[in-house]
Formats: sequence, C-alpha cells, structure tokens
Amino acid sequence: MHKLPPWADVVLIPLMSVIAAFAISALVIVYIGENPWEALKIMVDGALGSAYGWGYTLYYATNFMFTGLAVSIAFRASLFNIGGEGQAMLGGLGVAVVALAVPWPHWSLALPAAMLGAVVFGAAWAAIPAWLQARRGSHIVITTMMFNFIGAAVLNYVLVNILRPKGSMDPATARFPKGAHLPTLHDLPLIGSYFDKNTPANITLFIALAACVAVWYLMFRSRLGYAIRAFGKSESAAVYAGISPFRITMYVMLISGGLSGMMAINNVMGEAERLVLNAVEGAGFIGIAVALMGRNHPFGVFLAALLFGFLYQGGAELGLWTSIPIELRTVVQALVILFTGALDNMMRMAVAWAFGLARRRAA
Amino acid sequence: MTLMKQFLGAAATLALCAGAATAEPALIYDLGGKFDKSFNEAAFGGAERWKAETGGSYKELEMQSEAQREQALRRLAETGANPVVMTGFAFGDVLNAVAPDYPNTKFAIIDMVVDQPNVRSVVFTEEQGSYLVGVMAAMASKSGTVGFIGGMDIPLIRKFGCGYAQGVVAANPAAKVIQNMTGTTPTAWNDPVKGAELANSQASQGADVIYAAAGGTGIGVLQAAADAGILSIGVDSNQNHLQPGKVLTSMLKRVDNAVYDAFMSGADLETGINVMDLAAGGVGFAMDENNAALVSADMLAAVEAAAAKIISGEIVVHDYMSDNTCPVN
Repeated sequence: MHKLPPWADVVLIPLMSVIAAFAISALVIVYIGENPWEALKIMVDGALGSAYGWGYTLYYATNFMFTGLAVSIAFRASLFNIGGEGQAMLGGLGVAVVALAVPWPHWSLALPAAMLGAVVFGAAWAAIPAWLQARRGSHIVITTMMFNFIGAAVLNYVLVNILRPKGSMDPATARFPKGAHLPTLHDLPLIGSYFDKNTPANITLFIALAACVAVWYLMFRSRLGYAIRAFGKSESAAVYAGISPFRITMYVMLISGGLSGMMAINNVMGEAERLVLNAVEGAGFIGIAVALMGRNHPFGVFLAALLFGFLYQGGAELGLWTSIPIELRTVVQALVILFTGALDNMMRMAVAWAFGLARRRAA
Repeated sequence: MTLMKQFLGAAATLALCAGAATAEPALIYDLGGKFDKSFNEAAFGGAERWKAETGGSYKELEMQSEAQREQALRRLAETGANPVVMTGFAFGDVLNAVAPDYPNTKFAIIDMVVDQPNVRSVVFTEEQGSYLVGVMAAMASKSGTVGFIGGMDIPLIRKFGCGYAQGVVAANPAAKVIQNMTGTTPTAWNDPVKGAELANSQASQGADVIYAAAGGTGIGVLQAAADAGILSIGVDSNQNHLQPGKVLTSMLKRVDNAVYDAFMSGADLETGINVMDLAAGGVGFAMDENNAALVSADMLAAVEAAAAKIISGEIVVHDYMSDNTCPVN
C-alpha cells in the first residue's frame, strides 16, 4: 500500500467515512418515509444553530473528550482499554463520595477534591486489569471488559444499599450540596452571555481542553510519552532499550483510568448533581470510536468528540421534532461508529488506491 | 408603511398560528420504552384514545439518556406544550427542579408525588387492585401456594405484593405466597429471561398461580407459566391476550385514563395529588373472552363482593408505602 499524505490520513478519510455513514442513514430515513434533508437540518440546527444547542453539544463532547483521550493514550502503548465505561462509573462514585462527604462552601474547593476522587477511583479500577496484564498476562481487552460489568454491579450495590436516601425509590444519591455546584458556561464572565442558562455545559469543558493539551505534551514531548510509544510499537525493542513493560503498562493504564474517571466531573457533578445508576450511558464505549476517529492524537480526539457531541444532541432534537423513532437515532450514531471505526480500512484502501493511481499518472 | 403593516399583520397571524399549533399536550415515556406491553404502552394507549376522540395531535418523546430528562421537559414547556405528562417516578427529582421555571405550563407525573403548584401528581391505589387479583388467585389455586414476581425492588412494587398477599390470605387463610423480586435496578423492568427463571422456580415450589408486577419482565413470567401449565396474572395493561386461556386475569392500572384525563383537561389541568383508586376506576381486574373460561361464577361473585366492600370502606387494604411494612407475608 502507498503511504498517504498526512492530510489525507487525518482529514480526508474521517470525512469520507462520516459522509458515507450519513448517506446510508439518509437511505434508511427515506425508507421509513421521512425527509432526510429535513432531518439533517433539524440535527444541525438543533445542535449547532443556537446557544442552547451548543450548550448540549459541548456538554456531550466534554464527556467524549475524556473517554477518547483515555482510550487513545492506552492505544499508544498497544493496550486496548475497553473499560472506560466502568472506570467512568467508578469515577462517578468517587465524585459522589467526595461531594457528599463535606458541606462544601464553594465550588473552587469542591472541584479539586472531586477531581482527585474521580481520578483515584477511575485509576484504581483500571489498576487491577493493568496489573493482571503486566504480571500475569491476562489479556487487557477481556479483563477491562469484565470490569465494566463488575463496576456496574458495585455501583448498583452501593447506590441501592448505601448511598440511596431513605424513602427514595430511585437508585440514586441525594442531591449534592449547593456549594458543589459547578458554574455552567452561562455563569462565566465574558462568554456567559453566549450560552443558554439551562444547558449543562460547564467549566469542565476547560478541564477537558487542558487535558487534551496535557495528554499531547505527555505523548509527544515527555520522556514517559516516548517510552509509551516505543513500547507500543515494539515491546522487545523497548525492553532492549531498558524500558520496563510492567511500569509502562501500569503507568498508561492508571493515566487512562484516571482520564475516564474525570469524565464524572462533567456528567455527575456538572450536570445531574447527584449520582444516578446509568450516569455514563455508553460514553466509555463512544470513547473508543472517538479515539479511532481521532487517530489517537489529542487534537483528533477533540474534533471527533465534537462530532459525537453533535450526533448526540442532534439525535435528541430529532426525537423532539420528528417521528423518527429512538431506534433509528441509535442507528445513525452506530453507522458513524461503524464507518469511522470498524470500516476505516475500507476507506483507507480506496483512498490509497486512488492516490497510487494519481501518482502513477503523474510519473 | 403599508408594507410594514402587512409585515406586522403577517407576523401577528404567524404568531397566532404558532400559538394555536403548539398548545398541544405532550407525553414523555420513561427509559423503559414506549412498547413495553405494560406501563408505558398504557400511557400511549390513553394518548391515542384522546387523539381518536378529539382529533387533536400531541407530541411524544422517548429518551435516550438521563441528561435528556431535563432537556425534554424544558424544550416541551418552552415550545408551549401544555400539559406535559410523564410516566414514572424517575422524573420526580428533575420535575421538582424544572416546574417552578415554567409557572404557566401544567405538568402531570404518574406514580410520584411532586409538590409544586403547577404539577398534578397521579398516584394509583395498586394495593386495592392487587388485593382483588389476590382473591382470584387464592380461589383458582389448587395447591394453596401462589407466587408474586416483582420488577425492581422498590416500595412501589412491594405495595403490589403486599396488597396481593392480603387478598390471597383473605380468600384462603391457609394459603402460602412466594414473593420474588427480579432485581434492584431499572433493568429489572425489562428482563423477561430472568422473569421466566423466577416463574419456573416458583412453579417448582408448588405455586400454580403467579402474579407478575414487573413491566416487560412480566412477559417472560406469563410465557413460562403458560409453558409450565399453570396460571399467571398480568399487570398494568390488560395482558390476558398474551397467553389466551392461560392468564387468569390482569391487574389493571389505568395509566391510560390518567393520560387521557390530563390531555382532556388541557391547560386547565387541576393540580395537586390525584388519587386513582378502585372507586374512581383507577385500578381493577380484567375480564374478557380470553379468561372467561378460567373465572368461575363464584370466583367472580367473590371478587366483585370484595370490590364493593373496598369501595364502601368495609375492607381497608393496607398500603405498604404508608409505613413500609406489610401485615401478611
């Protein structure tokens, strides 16, 4: 196969994948008797056409940035962490424990403490599969996947039996204290007036953006990042160079789990302000698609997270204003994942072939 | 000037039309899904009945995520939908926060009490309906052992089980009631496989009538009971037709009536707590051609007598949720 120019790899292929996914979605929408052009207009308008729409799109995108970064950094070390879902769940538990433990006077105190809680719980949940991989050779794909189920069961037990307020039927914690309320984008000076009061996007967005930069620095500008990438490319070469596979595996998975856990700052502390059972709602799995689409580069993850934020919010708008059933909204999202993730090579081969042809013509 | 006038006129007409077109009621289903053959589907049935009778139209929404609860309530209220009806207690917390922001919109929530001036809280006396099907179960049982399978283990479902047990013991003081819950999380509402397992386990313990109060999980219970050659009792909607001739009856919880009433009263919806009890037709038991052969004349007479006594107040069925205890087990 010919080597592709970077712009084709980073921009052209994802773009073509998305267009292909939308084309098939359009066919499905036509088949059920709705107008795909109208549907697209509602999605774009609802997700990007107003301050209100942006408020939701950015909220979802913040979730996906964290889980996408978590998956991408593990990918760089050739570790496939599918456990983002469980790690984010446990991160939520960490946030809830911290937020409910103290009657916080102000969010600026609650936020660092909650972040610590989220990171510690998320990283701890990733540490066990990481140790099993590094020391015992248990495959990380299997163990992280299994830990999603164990995490769900743990959260279930804790919410139902320990954290649920007396007399409540909902398996959820009590509301967090007022002092733990994070400012939404609307509450901020300067940019506040652009955002709607009742949207969930909050200052966690800036933490996510900072995380993108930090992960970029870690990956490409630090000694540890170099070791991670070397280990990911060739374990035996890394060992020869004096890099310890055990330490790299542990470091990478702790960072990855911590990033997944940080997502809880956004959805648990920023949005719901209480911990509900299905708080993560698949964002951990979306993170895999986001990382794949973003080519495991923090900037790519940022863009892909925005795309998925758009799909989520646009999907909600479709539900509100059309009779397109919920199953089909999920199909549209699934098609994008399928094309950008699983069928990525298909597009790549077609593009590489086209480039090869063009090059031969030119020669 | 005339252009301006025309423009203003057009704008005014547009505004009027918009106002008239969007003042339609809205219905939001809980995450369980619209076609659960039970609770949510009953709500849908009520909305469809209103649509057929009045020729009006309504907005409906199935959600995809928790964050959409608040989003849906706000969007529907902002576009002028009135009243906004939602099914399930899980909306309680969110509605309590959202309702004060839209004082001109009426909300109705089913199965939960939300204390806000513009909210109607519809609650059902499930213990009364369950008592009646309990009487029928005890009379239909030959083994003297009957079963109860709940969905998610919450006080609301214990209330069903407790009313049922009281009815069973009233008709046959020596009867034994086996009670099981499917789970402790919302997935317990939609786990027919687990429901079938529990039904088989209860059948092997001698139960020959099983009452399922478990949403979509109940479909598995009804199926397994029919396969095992024993009787079952459906819940919420009339489920007699799911296994014709094998379902003794269904405990009707008229969620459809609650939605229908709310839609009918429109923006003039009366707020406060709305108790749908046996006297108000809120609960009951289902009789149709599918179960006519299963219900004997004296069974019918007994259950109708019990219903009359509940309405007159002669029989008081204990409500589990009033003190979280049940007099019979």
